[in-house]
Amino acid sequence: MTAVQERSVSTPTEAPKSRPIEVKIRRYNPEISDEVTWVTYTVDAFPTDRVLNLLMKIKGEQDGTLTFRRSCAHGVCGSDAMRINGVNRLACKVLMKDMPDKLTIEPIKGLPVEKDLIVDMEPFFEAFRAVKPFLITHGNEPSKEWLQSQADRDRFDDTTKCILCAACTTSCPVFWTDGSYFGPAAIVNAHRFIFDSRDQGAEERLEILNDREGVWRCRTTFNCTEACPRGIQITKAIQEVKQALLFRRV
Amino acid sequence: MTNLLEAPRSPQRRTRGRTNTELYAWLFMRVSGVLLVVLVLGHLFIMNILDGGVQRINFGFVAGRWASPFWQVWDLLMLWLAQIHGTNGLRTIINDYTRKDQTRFWLKMALYTASALVIALGTLVIFTFDPNIH
Repeated sequence: MTAVQERSVSTPTEAPKSRPIEVKIRRYNPEISDEVTWVTYTVDAFPTDRVLNLLMKIKGEQDGTLTFRRSCAHGVCGSDAMRINGVNRLACKVLMKDMPDKLTIEPIKGLPVEKDLIVDMEPFFEAFRAVKPFLITHGNEPSKEWLQSQADRDRFDDTTKCILCAACTTSCPVFWTDGSYFGPAAIVNAHRFIFDSRDQGAEERLEILNDREGVWRCRTTFNCTEACPRGIQITKAIQEVKQALLFRRV
Repeated sequence: MTNLLEAPRSPQRRTRGRTNTELYAWLFMRVSGVLLVVLVLGHLFIMNILDGGVQRINFGFVAGRWASPFWQVWDLLMLWLAQIHGTNGLRTIINDYTRKDQTRFWLKMALYTASALVIALGTLVIFTFDPNIH
C-alpha cells in the first residue's frame, strides 16, 4: 500500500486573472477612404498575453478587417514591428503584464502606410541592399576553411543579430524627415561586414556610408538603440563606422 | 488603387562623386567645440570675473586688449570658430527639418549670408580697430 502524503493546507496559487484592455488602433484603408481613423477595441488580456495576442484576438473575434503583419510570432522574423504607446516594439515581444490598461498602436513611422499597420518596407530594404550586405572577397578561392579568432568574431558579433524589422530606422528622427538617409538598420548591416575579418569589401561600404546621406547624418539620439528588439548597440555600431571612416582603418 | 497611397519617400542618393565634406564637417564640430570651450570660458572669465568684472569694461579696456596681437588672435579665432560651428549646426538642423528643396535652399542661403556678414564685419573690426577714433 502506498502511503499518500497528506496535502498540507495552504492557499492555492492564484490563477492569473485577465483584465480588459482598451486597444486604440490607427486604421487606414485606401480602398475605402483616404481618411485615417482611430478605432478602439476592448479585449481581455492575461498578464502572459503579448500585444500580438490581443491583435489576433481582435482580428479573430471582433473585426476581421484589421490588417497587420506577423509571421513567426516569437521575435525572430521581425515582421510585426509597430509603434506601441509611442515606442517601436515587436508586438510579439511585449507582454501585457508590463503594459497599462490602454494601448495605442500605430504603424512604424517614416515609411508609407499601405493599410492599417502595414507599411511599404521597400525604401528600407533599398537602403539595406545599397550597403552590399554580403561577403565580398577578391583573389583566389580559399582551399581550406577560413578560421576566425574569437576576438575577430567579437568585433561584429553584436550586429549579426539584426532581424531587419525596421524598428530602429523608423524610430530615427532624421529618417522621419529625410527618407533618403540610410538609417540605422542599413548601417548596422554594413557594420556586420565591414568589421568581419574575412570580408574584403570594407573600403567600398565605407565609401557608400561616407555619403551625404550616410553615417554623418546620425545625431546620436539613441532612439534606435532603445527600439531594437534584439538589444543591438546600434548607436555604438554607427560610431564605430564613423571612426573607421575618420582614421581610414577598420 | 496604388495612386491613393501616401507618396513614398523619394530616395535621391548615390549620384554624387566621392567627397569627404560631411566627414570634415563632423570632425570640425568636434575640434572647434573643444577649442571653443577654452576660448569662450577664458573670455567669459576675463570679461566677467577677473579684476572687477564687467564694470571695468570700456572703450579703453578694449583698445588696450586689442593692442596686443595675442588677444587679437584669440578674439579672431573665437569669432571664426564660433561662427562656423554655429552655422554648421544650423545647417544640420535645416537639413534635418526642412521637407521641401526650395525651403531648404533659401533657409541655407539666408544662413550663409548672415554668417558671412558677421564674420566679415567682426574680422574687419579686429584688424582695423583704431584706438584714436575720438
